[in-house]
Amino acid sequence: MGNLVEIKDVYFNRGERSIYEGVSLVIPRGKITGVLGPSGSGKTTLLRLIGAQLKAHRGEVLFGGQDMAKLGRSALYETRKRMSMLFQSGALFSEMSVFENVAFPLREHTKLPENIIQTIVKMKLESVGLRGAGGMAPSELSGGMARRAALARSIVLDPEMIMYDEPFAGQDPISMGMLVKLIDELNATLGLTSIVVSHDVKEVMSISDHLIVMANKKIVGEGTPQELRENGSELVQQFLTGAPDGPVPFHYQAKPYHADLLGAKP
Amino acid sequence: MSMFHLLGRNILNNIQGVGQATIMLAQALIGKPQPRKMLPLLIRQLYVVGVQSMLIIIISGLFIGMVLGLQGYTILVDFGAEQALGPMVALSLLRELGPVVTALLFAGRAGSALTAEIGLMRATEQLSSLEMMAVDPLRRVIAPRFWAGVISMPLLALMFNAVGIYGGFMVGVEWLGVDDGAFWSVMQSSVHWQDDVMNGVIKSLVFAVVVTWIALFKGYTATPTSPGISAATTQTVVYSSLAVLGLDFVLTAIMFG
Repeated sequence: MGNLVEIKDVYFNRGERSIYEGVSLVIPRGKITGVLGPSGSGKTTLLRLIGAQLKAHRGEVLFGGQDMAKLGRSALYETRKRMSMLFQSGALFSEMSVFENVAFPLREHTKLPENIIQTIVKMKLESVGLRGAGGMAPSELSGGMARRAALARSIVLDPEMIMYDEPFAGQDPISMGMLVKLIDELNATLGLTSIVVSHDVKEVMSISDHLIVMANKKIVGEGTPQELRENGSELVQQFLTGAPDGPVPFHYQAKPYHADLLGAKP
Repeated sequence: MSMFHLLGRNILNNIQGVGQATIMLAQALIGKPQPRKMLPLLIRQLYVVGVQSMLIIIISGLFIGMVLGLQGYTILVDFGAEQALGPMVALSLLRELGPVVTALLFAGRAGSALTAEIGLMRATEQLSSLEMMAVDPLRRVIAPRFWAGVISMPLLALMFNAVGIYGGFMVGVEWLGVDDGAFWSVMQSSVHWQDDVMNGVIKSLVFAVVVTWIALFKGYTATPTSPGISAATTQTVVYSSLAVLGLDFVLTAIMFG
């Protein structure tokens, strides 16, 4: 099957702050890859680099063998039609109904007749369980429903790859269960490649074929869920078990406690 | 950091901002025309930006015209020149107050709304989402709003002028007793189509470009947080107002100087 995405020795900074220092990884085609890591470790940045919304300062980001940073404007937009991204907020267009949100990519990129668009949208809404909510406004949806509607919009052009940015954040257990099931089923039935960025270790491990743990500007662990559970890195184990102290310290860096209490000026 | 460093950094930041705003506008406007997609978006924005600003423009125009009528009469009557009230009201409105006050009101009403709307689209990742759907947000979001602003503002200024002149007529003629025929005929002979009406329209067009451009750029580059959007909205009103007043002097000097 090969790899759909290859990231080679990437360096990336946000202002003065370094996010990646020589990160290399691959996203295997047709699999679900989970990306785990503490907050601020650059998980969402990874998705934006793959979608070329951000450009690496050094290194290569290849999608289907193409260097995303070297594509011209129109070639980049053509390539983006082959991928899709589910944003944390859903990012539904507030002035459109759920139905129109899902129909939007079809209306923008195809010349399909209206009756075919109606049929495709109903099928996609049915696949996420929201066929009955097509007439609702995004503001009327719960968080879980908004993400499912956004998921329907993400798959409406049948992309090769979907990137999920924190799909389970802030969801109740039922919504979370629905989203886990949907990601798993859609990947299998549509033959997609999925990248799931999340903090929810249990959910991501339950559906991922391949896992990557990011921390300290690098990849600190990689492999199948089983390989990761057996990984000897304390950092990986701290993250998987949610231990409050360890390589990622409980205390933020500060001067000695007694000196601070005894009135030394800050 | 020394004062000179800060000053230099501020100047460089401002130059960079102008460059970014120019690139944003060029990318939004230059490209293959897509009338089938763009026309419905433009019509919707003409409604939001133009039609929804009409009420404030008409009411303000009426009151400003009434004030001009009242102030003009009290000054002119001392010289027995109250027949000149018509041209005084009309020229004040057509040359200056119409374009300038419309632009200031437009910046406060439509400009701030544009900035807040686009800033919120940035904060809720709708612009990123468009990019990832291979839809250029500059063409889809910025361009129709820009053209709507440019088309709307001169029309709003003309409405402002018409209503203002009627306000001056109500106070001057209906209330204070200036001769009806003198009011209109002296106005007609004093106001010139090219020098007064068209120059006012040109001013209004320039203000429309500047105000809409500032509003869109500030929204597009707003920090995607509540304080960020709030600051961008404030900056839109402040920068637009200063730009309108400064440009008004330059244009007046060129047109009437």
